[in-house]
Amino acid sequence: MSKQLGSAPRTAVMRWKSGVTHAALLLLAVGMLYPLAWMLVSSLRNNDEIFSNPSLIPVSITWSNYITGWTAQEFPFSRYFLNSFSITTASIVGNLFACSLTAFAFARLRFRFKPFWLAVLLGTIMLPEHVTIVPQYLIFSELGWLDTYLPLIVPKFFGVEAFFIFLMMQFMRSIPRELDEAAWIDGCGPIRMYWRIILPLTLPALTTTAIFTFIWTWNDFFRPLIFITSSDLFTVPMALRLFVDPTAGTNWGAVFAMSVLSLIPVFVFFLAGQRFLINGISTTGLK
Amino acid sequence: MTLVDAPARPDLSPKKPNRNRPSLRFRKENRVAYLFLVPWLVGLALFVLGPMAASFYLSMTDYNFLQAPKFIALDNYVRMFTQDPRYLISARVTATYVLVSVPLQLGFALMLALLLNRAIRGSALYRGIFYLPSLLGTSVAVAILWQQVFGQEGLLNTFLGFLGVDAHTSWVGNPDTALSTLVILNAWTFGSPMIIFLAGLRQVPMSLYEAADVDGAGPLRKFLSITLPLLSPIIFFNLILQTIHAFQAFVPAYIISGGLGGPADSTLFYTLYLYQEGFGSFDMGYACAMAWTLLVAVGAVTALNFFISKYWVFYGDNS
Repeated sequence: MSKQLGSAPRTAVMRWKSGVTHAALLLLAVGMLYPLAWMLVSSLRNNDEIFSNPSLIPVSITWSNYITGWTAQEFPFSRYFLNSFSITTASIVGNLFACSLTAFAFARLRFRFKPFWLAVLLGTIMLPEHVTIVPQYLIFSELGWLDTYLPLIVPKFFGVEAFFIFLMMQFMRSIPRELDEAAWIDGCGPIRMYWRIILPLTLPALTTTAIFTFIWTWNDFFRPLIFITSSDLFTVPMALRLFVDPTAGTNWGAVFAMSVLSLIPVFVFFLAGQRFLINGISTTGLK
Repeated sequence: MTLVDAPARPDLSPKKPNRNRPSLRFRKENRVAYLFLVPWLVGLALFVLGPMAASFYLSMTDYNFLQAPKFIALDNYVRMFTQDPRYLISARVTATYVLVSVPLQLGFALMLALLLNRAIRGSALYRGIFYLPSLLGTSVAVAILWQQVFGQEGLLNTFLGFLGVDAHTSWVGNPDTALSTLVILNAWTFGSPMIIFLAGLRQVPMSLYEAADVDGAGPLRKFLSITLPLLSPIIFFNLILQTIHAFQAFVPAYIISGGLGGPADSTLFYTLYLYQEGFGSFDMGYACAMAWTLLVAVGAVTALNFFISKYWVFYGDNS
């Protein structure tokens, strides 16, 4: 049969092609991760070796960079980590609370001017934060909140991170409508419906929100830079920034050690929640 | 990704032709819905719309945070475009960055999505690896790493040295190359648009490819006539999203240049200059004017994209 005759060379070509694809993907993957891996290895090297050794093979392992780095700034890094964890934890609670309430209303309830509010919601997702940052600064200054964590946390309890509202809304919409009808007939009001029925079913979207909130808040630099001035309140990224003082010359070993530590929480959340992150991006197109 | 509202149940519709008043249930639902919306509406007024209006007003004032704002009409805007060379530089740097890094990033994303969409072994692993940098791209740690990698004695130059290329220039310290390192950083974060492309590719019906096989279409033909048109709405979506992100890039430029936008203003991103003016010199009226100009620019580019999309985005037969 002609089909079988033709299939033998074709599989050979296909195998060759798949080999090339694999080689290209592998090369790219290694290339992309190389700087990160090199930073990790360099954090375990002496400073003079960092500049001369571009390989990933550790010759001698030293933990001294971690010890120097940990106490290199005014406060030990435990302080900065604790600060960052406090802000991220509060931010997660805030986003889960405010965004789920709003998303529930948009996804499951009917109300007046809904198309208008939906347009406003989507508009705010695209709004650059720079447009509101100066007046926010003035508001928080009036309230006496400057140099506290309140400007970083409180807005999140009011659903300012509209992406997450959108993410949860998309998810809640996919829950069958019949559930609402049945619950309604059983005399279950909207509040119980939100808390007992919809919220438990929205768990994947809530998890995605929690993970993204953690990573974005953890990495956030712009807002802390504006609102925090006291060094005892610094977040991890702000503390890292102190290392790259152009006038003092950079102790790369120590910076790398602390940079590696600062990326570990993000990396852990990425590993643990990869499935949620990828689903979240696929459905909403988040960052 | 559809933004269409869920279909309303006709039997409960508040505007039934034979009734003037909305049903009792709708009125109750409406009340409860607004109750649920209270936090968001308060936040909207307090942290978004209120500040937007305030920022618009402040953009027409001379305001330094200490003294009361002085109304100067459009002077800030005039100053931007006629008397402030650094402003024009920052606009040019950002425009260059957006125009170069976004197509590069999306090109990588599309290429890799096409490769990973084939049923190859380990594609989930590759997907994870390519996605990871998207989560790290705006972190201070990675910006610091970039500063070292592209520094005078950095990883790149050491590699080049091994290859026999004697490169003693600092890539981040040279005004001609500093911006390129940031473009590379943005291209490095192609993972998240790639994931969106992958999700889009899954939606392309296999039957189309099978039909094309029967007609004897080659791989290029299939890509150009099936994959690309059906993926064009996703390409468009990614383009809009990543353009808006790129306009707002801040952290890498801030870290690599030590907050200055140097060398020779070559990494003076728009947002970085805005930060310098608003929170460095406390020229807050001017910073607000810059922010509003940014908003208008982002809006204009988005609108332009929507306009051009009519000519290349394919939404299927029924729309």
